Parts: sequence; structure tokens; C-alpha cells
Amino acid sequence: MIRKEGQVRIPSGCAVSAVISREKNLMSGEKIVASMVPMHERSNGLGGGFAAYGIYPDMAEFYAFHMFFDDRESQKECEAYLKEGFEIVRAEPIPVRKIPAITDEPIIFRYFLSPLRSRIADAQVDEREFVARATMHINVFIKGAYVVSGGKNTGVFKAVGFPEDVGEFYRLDEYSAYCWTAHGRYPTNTPGWWGGAHPFGLLDYTVVHNGEISSYDANRRNVEAYGYKCTLQTDTEVFTYIADYLLRRKKLTLEETANVIAAPFWSTIESKPAEERERLTYLRNVFSGFLVTGPFSIILGFEGGLMALNDRLKLRSMVVAEKDDKVFIASEEAAIRVLEPDAVNVRAPEGGEPVIVRVKED
Amino acid sequence: MIILNARATDNAALNESVRAAKDGCEIIGCIGERFIGAGLSDRTISIKGIPGNALGAYLNGAKIIVDGNAQDAVGDTMNAGEIVVRGNTGDAAGYAMRGGKIYVRGNAGYRTGIHMKEYGSRFPVIVIGGRCGSFLGEYQAGGLIVVLGLHDDGKRIVGNFPCAGMHGGKVLLRGNADGVVFPDKVTARPATAEDMAPATGYINEFCAAFGIDENEVLRSPFTVVTPDSANPYKRMYVEN
Repeated sequence: MIRKEGQVRIPSGCAVSAVISREKNLMSGEKIVASMVPMHERSNGLGGGFAAYGIYPDMAEFYAFHMFFDDRESQKECEAYLKEGFEIVRAEPIPVRKIPAITDEPIIFRYFLSPLRSRIADAQVDEREFVARATMHINVFIKGAYVVSGGKNTGVFKAVGFPEDVGEFYRLDEYSAYCWTAHGRYPTNTPGWWGGAHPFGLLDYTVVHNGEISSYDANRRNVEAYGYKCTLQTDTEVFTYIADYLLRRKKLTLEETANVIAAPFWSTIESKPAEERERLTYLRNVFSGFLVTGPFSIILGFEGGLMALNDRLKLRSMVVAEKDDKVFIASEEAAIRVLEPDAVNVRAPEGGEPVIVRVKED
Repeated sequence: MIILNARATDNAALNESVRAAKDGCEIIGCIGERFIGAGLSDRTISIKGIPGNALGAYLNGAKIIVDGNAQDAVGDTMNAGEIVVRGNTGDAAGYAMRGGKIYVRGNAGYRTGIHMKEYGSRFPVIVIGGRCGSFLGEYQAGGLIVVLGLHDDGKRIVGNFPCAGMHGGKVLLRGNADGVVFPDKVTARPATAEDMAPATGYINEFCAAFGIDENEVLRSPFTVVTPDSANPYKRMYVEN
């Protein structure tokens, strides 16, 4: 039984790491897993995970739902629900390698789904909204069923354990992706459990996060007013929903989203030229409930790119570097040197300064 | 001098070997190993690769030389000694440092010199060759921080909110600190010869360490930042 915050206090840590190829060159999962090794002390074995983009090229037209189930009953109930709205093109257990370091796993399955046209038409929403609503429905109403990720050609692999072990467990060396993000967890305020490991995914959005959200409850209430439900007992979840709301539903740009989540101080805004001042003031006023305070460094993955962002006070570390077509991001430079010993342009972005990387269009 | 290969060992074992090397050592292949040289005195440790966080924490007289970049919290709470970094440092270099010297050739991250303090004969000094991130010298209570601005990326010499909460010590910024906004509880003004006198020895030493022409560096005007005695943070923190 893991004791929760209040019974025990653990100093904060967490590690993040990412690599993306602007040219969409595929990389096996081996290196991203290795990059977590020098940051081992930042995790405590209560969560590790990876998001991978471009891993299902043969099934790229279908939504890939990675799922956890507590038991067969929840799986049955979930599959019955899925069949109401989707054609299940393929359903299979996610292959794992049994190792002593990873135990007590739930049922881990993936489904490749094609939403039924008629049901989308009935719901009078677009396809992605339909899929997002189904995700929320499963997480909220089907007991013991959790959508780990649900984007096309993408997937999240996470567990309770150290990230190196999680990578081995999920056989990530057998996948090839153009973008990988990684997380090692050191839970501070909430329990370490499979659903609470990072990354958090909704559609193709995934978030890994080092830090803690001081404004969590204000942010949670705000996203819940727009139909999202926080069910995973971890503050990071709310980032995913904020990103989905601002980017997909409000159609903000990534830069604008960063200016909302890590809005500059009013004193900083005042020092900007008139047009910029007006833009930042507008964003802070209209989306005030999505301002995230407290320490964080996050990497938001999505189909076609990623965005890294620190809180505006930069209370967590983040280093960025490049080499040829690749961009590297990590909590520590040491992790980047594992990914690429000869990386260049090593720099630490400023608090609130988004690092946005887009891959070439197909 | 003993050569230690960091790749062949883990954090604890590496630090055990460093402690045992009483005549000093060279560490090669460093990749994020933490707490290197923690609390040590009377020896020189040179490092190739990327040392991990809290390099030279509680350092007590030893000298550490890093060939490339260092990560966060270099010289955390160091007491005496010297840390020389040829590349950049991450956030919070010299955190709560209370003696000794940190010389960084490149740029420094956020919160450099946060909570730095002096007492009696202990006088901590940080010299940064390039630029610093925001919150330079936050809550500074003593010692000296010098930023030379020898970087060439066109960015400002320090980020936002420098010297926030400063209630002791001194910060010297090379140049006129154009565009830098200071809090109203500190005073920033052109440095006089008197302001510069206690710092020139350290600047000369810094320049010698990295092969920089000190005359060129010192020819420029400097800006000195000290607590505002008429409107001090001091009252908020130490006079109850």
C-alpha cells in the first residue's frame, strides 16, 4: 500500500527527456530509454513512461487506443462501449517482456479504432471531438478502464517502475518513432500507480511533466467546466486537457498556448511594445483560468511536433540541443549527451519561452 | 594524478574514489554523476564530460576544474575553495554559497548566487564571463557577484528581476546595464574606482584563468548594485 501525501512527504524530482527528427527519420526506442539512466536519481521507481510518434505506419489511419484494465469485466464493458461508436479494426495485448523490476501490471491492450460515421453524425461533432468524448467517457464511467493514449500512429507506454525498466518491459527497442518523449517519476503529492505514470494522453496530445501545479484546483475546475474530467489522481493530467482545449477547441497557436499557460508577469507585459502588450494582456484576461503556476518543465507531444515549456519563474531545469535533423530536450544535459554526444547549440530556454519543433509535412 | 573513468562506475562509487584520491584526480567520461567533490578540501579535481547536479556542494577548500558545461546547483552551500567552469552553468550556481570562488567562462542560468552570504573572514565570489538568467543574486546577503557580459548572442547581460530580495553584498555588471529593470529596494549606479577596487583582483584572476585580456575587460564602465539603505529588504527579513 502506497502512502499518500499527508502520510509521507517526498522531495520533488522527476526527469524528462525527448528527441525529435525534423525530417521524420525513425529512431528505435533504445536511445531514449538509455537517456534516462544518468537521471536515475530524479525518479524513485514509482512511475516511468514514454510517448512515441510514428510507430504504427501500417495502421496510421486508425485511432490507436492504448488501454489499462483492472480486470476482464472492465475490459468487456469497455469493449462493448467501444463497439457502439467504433469499428474495432484490431485488438491485441501490447507485447511486454516480463522482468522482475515490473510487477502487478494491469491488463494492457491496444485497439485500432475507426469511428462510425453514423455515430459521429448523430453526435453532431467533428471526428476528433467524438474520439475525445469517448476517451472521457471511458475514464469517467467505466470502472477500472483507463485510456492511456488515443492518437493516430502514436502510443504511450507507461508503468510503475524506473523508466529504464519500463522501456525494457514494453520492448521499446522494437518500435521506431520520429519523436520520443520520456518521463521518470518521483511522485510528491499523489500516489504512484499505473494510470498516474506519465505521459498523459488525449487524442495525439501527450504530456510529460517535472514539477507540481500550485494552481491545480483552479485549473481543474476550469477544464471540468468545458467537459473534461480529471480522473487519474495526478496534477499533470490537467495540462493535457488544457492543451487539448486551447489548441484543438479554441484553435490557439502553440505560442499563444504557451503565453496562456506560462503567462508573463504583468510587470513584464507592461515593458513590451504596444502590440505585443495588447496581445499578451488579451490572452491573460480571456484565458486566466488556464494560467498554470508553480514549478514545471513540460514536453507536449503531438502529431507532427512537440513543444517544451518551463514555468515563467523557471523553477525546473530544461536543456535543449540540436544535431543535424534532430532536436533534443531533457532535464539535464547529461541525458542529451547520451542521445547525441556531439549535440550542438546546447542552451537552457528561459522561463515561459516555448521551444517548438515541427517535423516536415508528408 | 589518478585518472578515474566515470563511465565504469556509479555516483556513489565515483565519489568514494574521488574522496580516496587525496592528491587529486582527473575524472573522464563524466555523464551526470552528482555531488562530485562534495565537502572536499586540499586537492584539485579536473573533470572531462558533464558533471551532474550539485558539483562541489559544501566544497571546503578543494579546487574543481570543469572542461565543458556543468549542470544545476554548482557549489551549492560551498564553504571555501574554487570551482572553474570553462563552459556554462545551469540554474542556481553558488546557491547559499558562503565562501570560496566560482568562475564560469560562459553563461549562467537562473538564480545564480541565490542566498549567497558572507560572515567574518568568509567572502564568497562568483564571476560569470557571459550573461546570467533571471533572479541573479536573489536574496543575496553578502559576497560579490560579477557578470562580464562577454557573450556574443546579443542577449541582455541579465534576465528579469535581478537582485530581488537583495539585502547585503554587491553585484557588478559590466557596462551600463541597458534595459535591465531592478527592483526598487536596490540601488544600481555607475561603479566608482572605490566600488571596483575590491573586485579587480578577482577579475584579473578570472581573466588569467581563461586567457582573456583583463585590460580590455576593465576598460569598460561597470554598474554596481547594492541594497538601498533607505528602503531596504533588510527590514523585511532580519529586523523583527
